[in-house]
Amino acid sequence: MWLNNVWYVLFVVIVAGYLIMDGFDLGVGILHMLVAKNDTERRVDLNSIGPVWDGNEVWLILAGGVLFAAFPLVYASLFSGFYGAMMLVLLVLILRTVAIEFRSKRPSHRWRTAWDLVFSLSSLGIAVLLGVAFGNIMTGVPINQQGYMSPDLLALLSPYALLIGVTTVFMLALHGSIYLSMKTEGDLLDRVKRWVPRLLFIFFVLNTLVVAASLLLHEQVAVNYQENPWLVIFPAAALACVVAAWLMVRRERYFTAFILSAAMIAGLLFSAAIGLYPNLLMSTIDSANSLTIFNAASAPNTLTVMLIIALIGMPFVLLYTGGVYYIFRGRVQLGPESY
Amino acid sequence: MTPVWLSRLQFAFTVSFHYIYPPISMGLGLMLVVIGIIYLRTKDPKWRRMSFFWIKIYGLVFAVGVATGVVQEFEFGTNWAEYSRFVGNIFGSLLAAEGVFAFFLEGGFLGLMLFGGNRLGPRMWLAATAIVAFGAHFSALWIVMANSWMQTPAGYEILPTQWGMQAFMTSFSAIVFTPSFIPRILHVWTSAWMVGAALMLSVSAFYVLRKRHLDVATANFKLAMPFFVVFSILQLFLFGANQAEEVANHQPVKLAAMEGVWEDTSCAPMTIVGIVDVANQTTYGIKIPCLLSFLAFQDIHATVQGLNSFPQENWPPIRLTFHSYHLMINFGMIFVAIGLLGTLLAFWKQKIWGLRPVLWLFVLTIFMAEAATIFGWWTAEFGRQPWIVWELMRTSEAVSPNLVAWQIASSIGMFVILYIILFILFIYLLNEKIQKGPESLEDLEQSPVTSLPDTFRDVFRRRARA
Ligand code: HDD
Ligand code: HEM
Ligand code: HEM
Repeated sequence: MWLNNVWYVLFVVIVAGYLIMDGFDLGVGILHMLVAKNDTERRVDLNSIGPVWDGNEVWLILAGGVLFAAFPLVYASLFSGFYGAMMLVLLVLILRTVAIEFRSKRPSHRWRTAWDLVFSLSSLGIAVLLGVAFGNIMTGVPINQQGYMSPDLLALLSPYALLIGVTTVFMLALHGSIYLSMKTEGDLLDRVKRWVPRLLFIFFVLNTLVVAASLLLHEQVAVNYQENPWLVIFPAAALACVVAAWLMVRRERYFTAFILSAAMIAGLLFSAAIGLYPNLLMSTIDSANSLTIFNAASAPNTLTVMLIIALIGMPFVLLYTGGVYYIFRGRVQLGPESY
Repeated sequence: MTPVWLSRLQFAFTVSFHYIYPPISMGLGLMLVVIGIIYLRTKDPKWRRMSFFWIKIYGLVFAVGVATGVVQEFEFGTNWAEYSRFVGNIFGSLLAAEGVFAFFLEGGFLGLMLFGGNRLGPRMWLAATAIVAFGAHFSALWIVMANSWMQTPAGYEILPTQWGMQAFMTSFSAIVFTPSFIPRILHVWTSAWMVGAALMLSVSAFYVLRKRHLDVATANFKLAMPFFVVFSILQLFLFGANQAEEVANHQPVKLAAMEGVWEDTSCAPMTIVGIVDVANQTTYGIKIPCLLSFLAFQDIHATVQGLNSFPQENWPPIRLTFHSYHLMINFGMIFVAIGLLGTLLAFWKQKIWGLRPVLWLFVLTIFMAEAATIFGWWTAEFGRQPWIVWELMRTSEAVSPNLVAWQIASSIGMFVILYIILFILFIYLLNEKIQKGPESLEDLEQSPVTSLPDTFRDVFRRRARA
């Protein structure tokens, strides 16, 4: 059983890894049209994430693979149940990838503007879809006795889920704006800097609403906290990170602010994960149908093999990812190979 | 049209489209490593120009490969939920391992490969390229391993659970080394290398025909040719033949469909080119006596089982399997012929540069090599039908039970439109790059090569000019 808990934690870590790593490049995408006004600035935007966004997206693929391996029943029910939404996710993921790659391949102004738009809207789309999906997971889904669900697409758009969708957009935009503050110069930097405190404020307000709504509408998220009050350190840490990030932004210490906003994202995700535990998909039809980390998991031997794979592989991943970020540190300078 | 049928159509379409790109990621990756090594040895700037040129193309191919690969990762859950539940314990772990071990490697170092020319010295740039190419091969290893488990399952037990039957792992090493895995990964890698070499041959031949960039083009052509010839010959006589042998041993009904063998036959002939007539249960064509028995069992008197020895409900689609297979092997033979012809003409007083029809043949090689790879997968996958996991689970039982036809029909519509647009843009941009050709080093280099950091120590000591 401890293996199931370990994999729940690891899965949350991987999703947090995705939100932090791909989060900032999604954020750059969301802000792209708002902050970067001419071709050079837009190229700076793209090249600030150019060498790393592909590696960042692998966190999402890994999350999919780990869900498949560790909790196959959830992988099956969630993705087949959210079929239409998943197809939209795939659509925006594809569009975003090719927009980054295709944009600077031709000099034409119209060509570039069109792909800039695609890049920005698809980044926004991913953030919204992820947030809405997450909102529905918090709310619960109509899982039947066979472990499947077929909600219709419109039913997924509850006000609560939409609120989380919008909050996610601002969270990632904030994260991206802090990243851009480290990576850009000149007019672009001035514009980005003006956005950071605004985004931080809006995000803070929205997130307070999300917390209030969750506690009011879904009392079950509080159960684990009532049983183990010390767990409150997670939401408390997230709050502390927001405050500290704000102080760092005021002092223009963007690197520290970036680390803090990453920690904040992780803190929020863990806070939500504690609220859900041990459910992965709560059934709104009958709680006996809920898929939990125990009844939906792979057998212990698979979980063990996976743990060994993760323990061998992930240290290397972290090591060379760190190396790559180090090599590309500093503000963006455009060259002949750049996007 | 049922959800099963539509899901099959969608999977076949999306995965076939995805697989246009990975062979180039592997094959062109290998050739780039070769070019990088030659540059280090000779310091002749034309090889450096070539690296810059091909790495741009690599970036384009890679991006479309990534974009379409993500679809594959999630499609098992969206469309094949029953399958995902059944095999999650086994198949899921291989897919996750692919992410941990291979995709991070590719994704992490791709940036250094694409932007490394002006940031890293030639040795470090080559190292980044080699790591990306290795990552592509490594990712193929895991995914082919997963697919091999579906073809020849091993190392599992099937137990009832609250959610129906599920396959559980009994031995991880048996799952990794299923009987078909080694022959198949060797075959897949070799086919990718052929694609990579063919791409270079094709573009260089085109330049020679158009009398452009002649110095780079002839050098590139002469470099790619021996690789192409050696891989083609190995494929035909070793890895391909070995594949067929493996199928004969583990999936005899698939072999019967591939070869159009209807009745049990000893000293069975191999059809080189032909057509299969399903209504009359006969196969016409040019046949070499006893060759099939020999290839499959190393014994010309061995008996090859015919389709009629198997219940009809276990037959794969015969025409599709037969023709996909024959198209693949016919291309395989054509490659050997073209390769040998080209080598001969190149050695024989360099005649090849004047022989336009032969050069045009080489322009075509990339298209044929891509086609052969796709037909290969079709052979493997259509030939596996009606099973999704060989003799354990039928494709018809594997589909997500909560889907209705219109949902899948809409997503197919989306993928078809999206992929057609993608493909047109891809070809358009590729063509533009090729028309433009390798740029001169003066246009590409910001600072002299010798000033770039070229050891680990340099890279991590200097202030990066990001
Ligand atoms: C023989 C090789 C091979 C085969 C059979 C497949 N792929 Fe693939 N795939 C690759 C070889 C590859 C690659 C060479 O590694 C790619 C191509 C471009 C790239 O980034 O990596 C890739 C990309 C790629 C990506 C994007 C990785 C990234 O973001 O870096 C995913 C998620 C998948 N694939 C998943 C799949 C799935 C689920 C498949 C099975 C249905 C599949 N691929 C078939
Ligand atoms: C990339 C190369 C591949 C190509 C071109 C390819 C091609 C195909 C085709 C044409 C089909 C349809 C067969 C039919 O429905 O009659 C199919 C089905 C399928 N393949 Fe593959 N395949 C590839 C690799 C893989 C791999 C590596 C896996 C597993 C990891 C896989 C798993 C499946 C599954 C689950 C189906 C759907 C069920 C089915 O119809 O059998 N394929 N593939
Ligand atoms: C020249 C003689 C060749 C022979 C005898 C041969 C044999 C085979 C056989 C028997 C299969 C089906 C294996 C299965 O069902 O698992 C196969 C699959 C395949 N072939 Fe070939 N092949 C040849 C050439 C080629 C060439 C030239 C290419 C590409 C350039 C190629 C690419 C593939 C691919 C990608 C697959 C699917 C992967 C797999 O199942 O392992 N083959 N081949």
